[in-house]
Amino acid sequence: MALVSMTVNGKAVSAETEDRTLLVYFLREQLRLTGTHIGCDTSQCGACVVHVDGRAVKSCTFFAVQAEGAEVTTIEGLAKDGKLHPVQEAFRENHGLQCGFCTPGMIMTAVDMIRRKPQLDRDTIRHELEGNICRCTGYHNIVSAIEDASKRMAGDAK
Amino acid sequence: MITYQFAYRRAKSLADAQAMFANSPEAKFLAGGQTLIPTMKMRLANPPELIDISGLKELSFIRIDGQTLAIGAGTKHHDVAVSAEVRRAIPALAQLAEGIGDPAVRHMGTLGGSLANNDPAADYPAAALALGVTIKTTRRTIPADDFFVGMFATALDDGEIVTEVSFPIPERAAYAKFDNPASRYALAGVFVAKNKNGIRVAVTGAGPSVFRVPAMESVLAKSFTADAIKDIKVDASGLNSDIHASAEYRAHLVGVLAARAVRASSGS
Repeated sequence: MALVSMTVNGKAVSAETEDRTLLVYFLREQLRLTGTHIGCDTSQCGACVVHVDGRAVKSCTFFAVQAEGAEVTTIEGLAKDGKLHPVQEAFRENHGLQCGFCTPGMIMTAVDMIRRKPQLDRDTIRHELEGNICRCTGYHNIVSAIEDASKRMAGDAK
Repeated sequence: MITYQFAYRRAKSLADAQAMFANSPEAKFLAGGQTLIPTMKMRLANPPELIDISGLKELSFIRIDGQTLAIGAGTKHHDVAVSAEVRRAIPALAQLAEGIGDPAVRHMGTLGGSLANNDPAADYPAAALALGVTIKTTRRTIPADDFFVGMFATALDDGEIVTEVSFPIPERAAYAKFDNPASRYALAGVFVAKNKNGIRVAVTGAGPSVFRVPAMESVLAKSFTADAIKDIKVDASGLNSDIHASAEYRAHLVGVLAARAVRASSGS
């Protein structure tokens, strides 16, 4: 067991956990932040993507103890003051989800992608989504949502 | 999935990591963890201790020293892919790094980890062998030709850590990969480099470990064109055969990909 301390969605948290606890289980079961999903649990589907120190990572392939001292952002941390993040808003407006299971990972990946590549075309978005699987195969509207969000965020930045 | 129990230690320096290993010789080093953690979750690996070297700043750098591009072993794939130095010196290497796994994996996975693991379908070993790199470790320097010894096997001894990889800057180079659409690992991948001391063609994904194709190298030395190698047949015996592709198909892909890489690097 180890005492792990990190900042999650801007809030300092500390908890005792086993060294082998994966970050996704730490978030879901110990912090009760169940927005981050476990899909394949084999590093492929991307439902568990969160940001650690500003970078998208698969939290099923990352031990909680590795996040000691880190800033972690989950899907719960995106909306501010009751207002959805522009990527969340774009997913809602473009119907970028069907069953919704992959959505938290898709959105966290999209936020990271827009941060790295503010100018996004549809081909680039599809390439960047290689680590996120939608079992409803609803990619078309997911790509539209990300394209829309990147345009809105570019507009906001001006 | 949950791994077996282990003790986690975060190393503060390379010296610290080596001291930790001396006290726990069955320990494994954790670099990016993108292979080690899934392997532990599948319970195919059961190290009693993990020594985390992922945060060591001394292992994360990219610099050009004259005719050599030096990259720290702890440098993440993403940082290689977007590096202005790498794009300028060896654009094929930046392109290769950008094609590994997916963005989240590239944010964690490291150059040194990829080489030390020597997965038969990993991308970096092809670049290392074709460019004739020198691999520096905590104990010595190892030329690429001596480093990759077999499937998931390298010349590294227990406790030896890759610290830096020196890439001689080639005149031309390109990497062509036929990736598995699910894993993004190479069903076959061919890195072709026109180096100052000759042509080298290295193949990953097709065999038990990365290998060179001397028949192509000698022909390309005379004429560096895709046309020159179009009649060279790669022997399928000993190549990998699995649900994704037969050995014969992989042998065929090596020829196709080698031609693509030559075309991409030469414009022929």
